[in-house]
Amino acid sequence: MNRRKIIEERLFKLLAGIATYSLIAILAFIILVIFVKGFNALTFDMIIKTPKGGFYYGGEGGVLNAIIGSLYIAFGATLIAAIIGIPAALYINVHLIKKKRTQNTIRFLLDALWGIPSIVYGAFGFTLMLFLGMNASLLAGIITVALLITPIMVRTFDEVLSTIPIGLHEATLALGSTKTEMALKVLFKQGFSGFITAILLAFGRGIGDAASVLFTAGYTDLIPVNLDEPAATLPLAIFFQLGSPIPEVRERAFASATILTFIILAISLGARFLSKQYSKSNLK
Amino acid sequence: MLYRRVLFDKISGFWMVTTLVTILLLPMIIGTGLYIKALPLFEHQSVTSLASSSIWAPNSGKFGFWPFIAGSLYVTVLSFLFAAPICLLSAIYLTQFSSTKLIQVMHPVIDVLAGLPSVIYGVWGILIVVPFTSKIAAPFFNATSSGYSIFAGGLVLAIMCIPYMLNMLIEVFNTVPVGLKEASLSLGATFWESIKHVVIRKSYPGIISAFGLGIAKAFGETIAVMMVVGNQVRITRNPFDSGYPLPALIANNYGEMLSIPMYDSALMFAALLLLVIIMAINFIFRLFIYKTREQ
Amino acid sequence: MNSYQTLNNLVLENNVQIPEPESILTVKNLNVYVHQHHILKDINLTIPKNKITVLLGPSGCGKTTLLKCMNKLTDLHKELKVTGNIFIEGDDILHTQTYLPELRQKMGLLSQRPFPLPMSIYKNVAYGLKLKGIRDKKLIDYSVEKNLSEVGLWNEVKDRLHSPATSLSIGQQQRLCLARGLAVKPRIILADEPTSALDPISSKIIENLFKDLKKHYTIILVTHVLRQAVRIADHVVFMYNGEIIEQGSPNELFKNPKTQKLKEYLTDGN
Repeated sequence: MNRRKIIEERLFKLLAGIATYSLIAILAFIILVIFVKGFNALTFDMIIKTPKGGFYYGGEGGVLNAIIGSLYIAFGATLIAAIIGIPAALYINVHLIKKKRTQNTIRFLLDALWGIPSIVYGAFGFTLMLFLGMNASLLAGIITVALLITPIMVRTFDEVLSTIPIGLHEATLALGSTKTEMALKVLFKQGFSGFITAILLAFGRGIGDAASVLFTAGYTDLIPVNLDEPAATLPLAIFFQLGSPIPEVRERAFASATILTFIILAISLGARFLSKQYSKSNLK
Repeated sequence: MLYRRVLFDKISGFWMVTTLVTILLLPMIIGTGLYIKALPLFEHQSVTSLASSSIWAPNSGKFGFWPFIAGSLYVTVLSFLFAAPICLLSAIYLTQFSSTKLIQVMHPVIDVLAGLPSVIYGVWGILIVVPFTSKIAAPFFNATSSGYSIFAGGLVLAIMCIPYMLNMLIEVFNTVPVGLKEASLSLGATFWESIKHVVIRKSYPGIISAFGLGIAKAFGETIAVMMVVGNQVRITRNPFDSGYPLPALIANNYGEMLSIPMYDSALMFAALLLLVIIMAINFIFRLFIYKTREQ
Repeated sequence: MNSYQTLNNLVLENNVQIPEPESILTVKNLNVYVHQHHILKDINLTIPKNKITVLLGPSGCGKTTLLKCMNKLTDLHKELKVTGNIFIEGDDILHTQTYLPELRQKMGLLSQRPFPLPMSIYKNVAYGLKLKGIRDKKLIDYSVEKNLSEVGLWNEVKDRLHSPATSLSIGQQQRLCLARGLAVKPRIILADEPTSALDPISSKIIENLFKDLKKHYTIILVTHVLRQAVRIADHVVFMYNGEIIEQGSPNELFKNPKTQKLKEYLTDGN
C-alpha cells in the first residue's frame, strides 16, 4: 500500500509540473508567433505612416493612425479614470476606515463591477453616444474606455491602500492634519507603488481593449485632430485588417499586433518591477 | 490658514464621496440605459420568450436569443473543463512542490498572460488554434471541422482565463497554515496525502470562487472568441461545429444595427442579458466566499 | 561524563550499533543552517524513555527547530539545511531508507496553536488510522472513544462527534489534537509550547495529562516558561543561541546552575 502511495505522489507531482511548465511554454509560444509574424511587417514606414488608399484595401503606408489613436484614447481614459477613481479609493480607506462593514460591502460591489465585460461597456457607450447626439469619435471612445478602466484603477489602488496599518492613520490625525491632508500626503505616498500599478494596469487595459471602442471610437485612416473625429485604435486595426484580401493590409494587422504586444509586455513587466521598487523603499 | 485647510478638506471629501457613489451606481446606470433601449422589443414579446426562442430572423422581426445563450454556455463550459485541471495542478505545484525561484518566474508570466489583449489571443487563435482544431483535434475524434469552432473558442478562452484563476488559487493555497500540514505529516501522511486531505479540503470555498470568477470572465469575453468560433447561428452538440456566443452577436452586428428595425433594441437587450447573467454569476460566487469566510 | 556516555562515544567512534535500552531518541552532531545563519550548533542529545524532557530557553534559541528536526518536519521549510543524525529507536530519521511517514508516526506532534484538520471531530481522530489503511468501523469507533476519553474530551463531545472540529473551544481543540496524535500509537510525544495559546485552566489540564501520559510515552516539551518546566520536567535541557548549555534533572539545574547563562536566565525568569 505504501508503494501505491509513493507512485500516486510521484504521478501527481509530474502532472502538476507539466501543467506549470506548459503554461510558461504557451506564453512563450504566443509571443513568439506574434513577433515572428509581425517581424517582417514591422518596417520603419509601418510606424511612421498612416495607411494610404483606404485601410482595408490600400496596401501602402503604415499604422500610425492606430498608434496615435490608441495612445490618445488610453491617455485620455486613464486621466479621467484617475480623477474619478483615485479619490474614490482614498475615500474608502480614509473616511470609511472605521466602518468595516461598509468597506466590505463596497469592496464586494467593486469586485462585482470589475467583472462586467467590455462589450457591455461598449454597448452602453453607444447608447450614451446616441442619447447625447455624439458621433463615433475620439471623445466617445475616451469616455467609454474610462468607464471600463475606472473599476480596475479603484480596485488596484484600494488593495494596496488597505494594507497600510491603521496606526499610521491615527498617528497622522493625532498630529493635527485634516483627513484630506492625510490622504494626500501620507496614504498617497505610502501607497505610491499601488498608485503606479493602478495607472499602468488601467492604461494597459485601455490601450488593448477592442470591444469598448468598437462602437464608439469609429475607425479612420487619419489621425484625429479634435475630439469629434473618429479615431483608429490598434486592437481594431488588427481586427479589421486581418481579414482583408490584400496581403499588405494583413501585414499591417500583424505589425499592429506586434506593436500592441510589445506595449503590453512593457507595461505588465514594468508594473511588477516598479511596484517592487517602490514598496521596498517605503517605511513600514 | 486653518479655515482654508478645512474648506479644502470639505470640498475634496465631497468629491471623494461623489466619485465613489457614481462608480458604485455604474452597473445600475448601465443596466437602466440598456433596458430603456431594449424596451421596444418587449411590446410584442416577453423577456422569457425572447430568451428561450431559437428563431433568429431579424429581417422578419423575430429575435430568439436562445442559440446565442446556448453558444455562450457551451463555449464557457468547454473552456472551464480545459482550464480548471491545469490551474489546480499548477497552483498545487507552485505552492507545495516548487522552489521560490519558479514562483518568481511564474508571477510575471501570469501577469503578462493576464494583460494580453483579447485581440492578440484572437490572432494567435486564428494562426495556431484553428488549424490545430481542423487538422489534429477534429480528426482525432473522427470529426471534420473548418477549425472555426466551439472547440477552438473553448481552447482560446481557457488560456485567457487561466491566469486569473491561477492567481486566486495560489493565494488561496498559500493561506493554509504550515502548522496544518505539519500536523498531517506527523500523523503519518505522505506529502501528497497532506495536500489532498488538508490543503485542498481547507481551500474548497476559495477554489469554488476562483472557478466562479473564471466562468464569469469566460462568459463575457468577446473579441478573441469571435475570431475563432465561426459565428453561425445554430444549436449544436458537436463542439467541432461553429457556434455564436452572445457577446459575438453584439460585436458582429453593430454595423447593421441601425438599418433594420428593432435590431438595435435587440442588440442592446443582448448586452443587458449579458450584464445580468454575469453579475448574477459574480454575485453568487462572491456571496459564497463572503459567507464561508465569516465562518 | 558517566559510563553510559563513555560507552556511547566508543560505540560511535567504532561505528558499531548496539541497541540502546534506556534512550529512545538520540541526536548526534546536529547542525542546522538557514541561508547563511548557523541556528543549531553541534547538538548532541539523548532523550530518556518515559520521562518528560523539557527543552528550555529564551525565544529564538533554536528549541522549536530542534523539535521539528526530530520528526523531519524541516522538509516543509526548504530554506533549512540540516546535517547530522537523529536516531529514533536506532533508525536515523534524517537518512532513513524505511518509509518516512511510518517513522513519523512513532512521534506525535502537539503545536503551539491547535491545528484541527478541516473535518469532523471523529474524522480528526480517525485520520491516522485511515492513513494506515484501517477500515474496520468498530475498530475506529473504539479508538476514537478510547483516545478522546484519555484526554478527558469524550463526555464533552460524544454527542457531536460529526460536527466540525473548529466548533470546539481552543482548549478542547488542543486536547483533540493530542487525542488524534495518540490514536496512531506513537512512542514519543513532541510538544511545542502546547499551552501558550490556552487559558490557565486548559493549560493545567494539558500539563496533568502529560504527567499521566509519561507512564506509557516519552514526552519532549518545548517551553520558554520557566514555571512550566519547574512544574512538570523530569529532565531539563537548557539551550541558548543554538547550543545546549546545560542539562540534567530539575533539581541540579534550578538549584545549582553551573553556567553563567543559566544563572542569568533563572534570575530574569523569576
